[in-house]
Amino acid sequence: MLDYLVSLSVFAGLYALLALGLNLVWGLGGMVNLGLAGFYSIGAYVSALAALHLHLALPLAALLAALLAGAAGAALAVVTSRLKGDYLAIVTLGFAEVIQLIAANEIWLTNGTDGLSAIPAPGRGKLSPFHFDLAAAATVWIVLALIALGLVRLSRASYGRVLRAIREDETVARVAGKRVLAFKIGAFAVGAAVMGLAGSLYAAYDGYVAPDSFDVLVTVLVVLALTAGGVGNMAGAVLGSALVVALTEGTRFLGGLLPGLSALQVASLRQGAIGFFLLLLLRLRPQGILPERMRVHRLDG
Amino acid sequence: MAEGLLSVRGLVRSFYGVQALAGADFDVTSGTITALIGPNGAGKTTAFQCISGVVPPEGGRVIFMGADITGWPAEQVSRAGLVRTFQIARGIPRLSVLENLLLYAPDQPGERMWAALLGAGRTAERRARERAVAIARRLDLLPVANHAAGALSGGQKKLLEIGRALMAAPRLVLLDEPIAGVNPTLAERIAEHLESLRREGITFLVIEHHMDMIARLCDPVIVMAGGRTLTVGSFAAVAADSAVQEAYLGRRT
Repeated sequence: MLDYLVSLSVFAGLYALLALGLNLVWGLGGMVNLGLAGFYSIGAYVSALAALHLHLALPLAALLAALLAGAAGAALAVVTSRLKGDYLAIVTLGFAEVIQLIAANEIWLTNGTDGLSAIPAPGRGKLSPFHFDLAAAATVWIVLALIALGLVRLSRASYGRVLRAIREDETVARVAGKRVLAFKIGAFAVGAAVMGLAGSLYAAYDGYVAPDSFDVLVTVLVVLALTAGGVGNMAGAVLGSALVVALTEGTRFLGGLLPGLSALQVASLRQGAIGFFLLLLLRLRPQGILPERMRVHRLDG
Repeated sequence: MAEGLLSVRGLVRSFYGVQALAGADFDVTSGTITALIGPNGAGKTTAFQCISGVVPPEGGRVIFMGADITGWPAEQVSRAGLVRTFQIARGIPRLSVLENLLLYAPDQPGERMWAALLGAGRTAERRARERAVAIARRLDLLPVANHAAGALSGGQKKLLEIGRALMAAPRLVLLDEPIAGVNPTLAERIAEHLESLRREGITFLVIEHHMDMIARLCDPVIVMAGGRTLTVGSFAAVAADSAVQEAYLGRRT
């Protein structure tokens, strides 16, 4: 049971990283990015291939994964710079699908739908599975803390103010003298790099990546996590992710509480219960559990 | 024609076949509050859009402080010292009044990602905050400085528009209807603010429909009609001009 909880905390940490990346792009910058599974996937594959073929150590492979995911993010930001709202959502969602199709079909590189297995990670095979999970959880949460610290700094600096202004009114941001496109590309790239980093940690932890590890459900859950936690609030992104993982996993045990149901019925009830909880949350607290706070300044000069 | 702070020559712009600007020419001289008036559809706001770089002109020239700024992007025009306000006040609703002012502060190192990560730019931010507080105090916005801009009254939103432009340390401010829809007392206060700012060296080009305020505050007055400049002169002179009367009221038949 403890092993299971530790493993859940790894996934909660990975989702939190994804939600933080999304919060920079969508929460602050106002750019709907439903391509996050794509960046997660790029990070995972780059890191896996670098570890398998180039024998790079995890920190280097993770750095490479973040850089390439960030570059992909910058490129996507450039081509979608004139899109907003629903249109941006559709294109970014399409991007994630394209990445998944490439992963499934470019067999020479990705081994297709069979996926890449036996991805090396520090400690695997040397530590007991429980200690490996423990080390993985510690690594993920330390990385998460560092990324969160950096993003909170960005969010609180004038940089965050400009992103929020772009989110609400691009024309005003331009008249205020800001190079809007540069800010959008920068935020998109950094957000994508964080997602790529999460992918790299996922590949190392799981030891196996395949195209269906990065389907649209990942995107849906992370968007839900951020919405539930509080769009625009970095702590909300982390809290929301923990909540979503707790909900999706915690409902596994519903079956034990409801005797006389088949496994299939329990599985369906689980999905229903998750949906119900999230609807309830959105109905009662649409701004999220930790809403974005307006910055209050001292006025004594 | 005298070389002004701003010279607009033959400005042309159309939207889906509607000729909004058909060769507008005018000048703004340093140290003036110049009015830009004309009936609805005369092309006043389009002229602002083209000068400020929000909408590129299709023809003509915009010269500011001797530099040809025609077609420059809005951020570059603002950085050069020419800042415009918006007719419908466009405060960033979920940022506080003070944050809205700080947004317009030029040269903030904290806007660069690396500097922000390393915590650099705090000195510049503090100086900007001091200026923002001073501007808020001057414009009677200090009591609401930590309120969301979206929660301001109509008049306060107009003041915030002016305050944000000031924050950019401009040479020339284009004001699009600064007192439209504002109560007479506040309109009077805004007029006083503009006059005292003019004395401090800021030049204004103002679109406005309140003729009382234009008569009192603005000299010269530029009259536009049908996308062109009709005439320029003192308020008394343009008000007496039969061509201006025709543009506003139509021709007597």
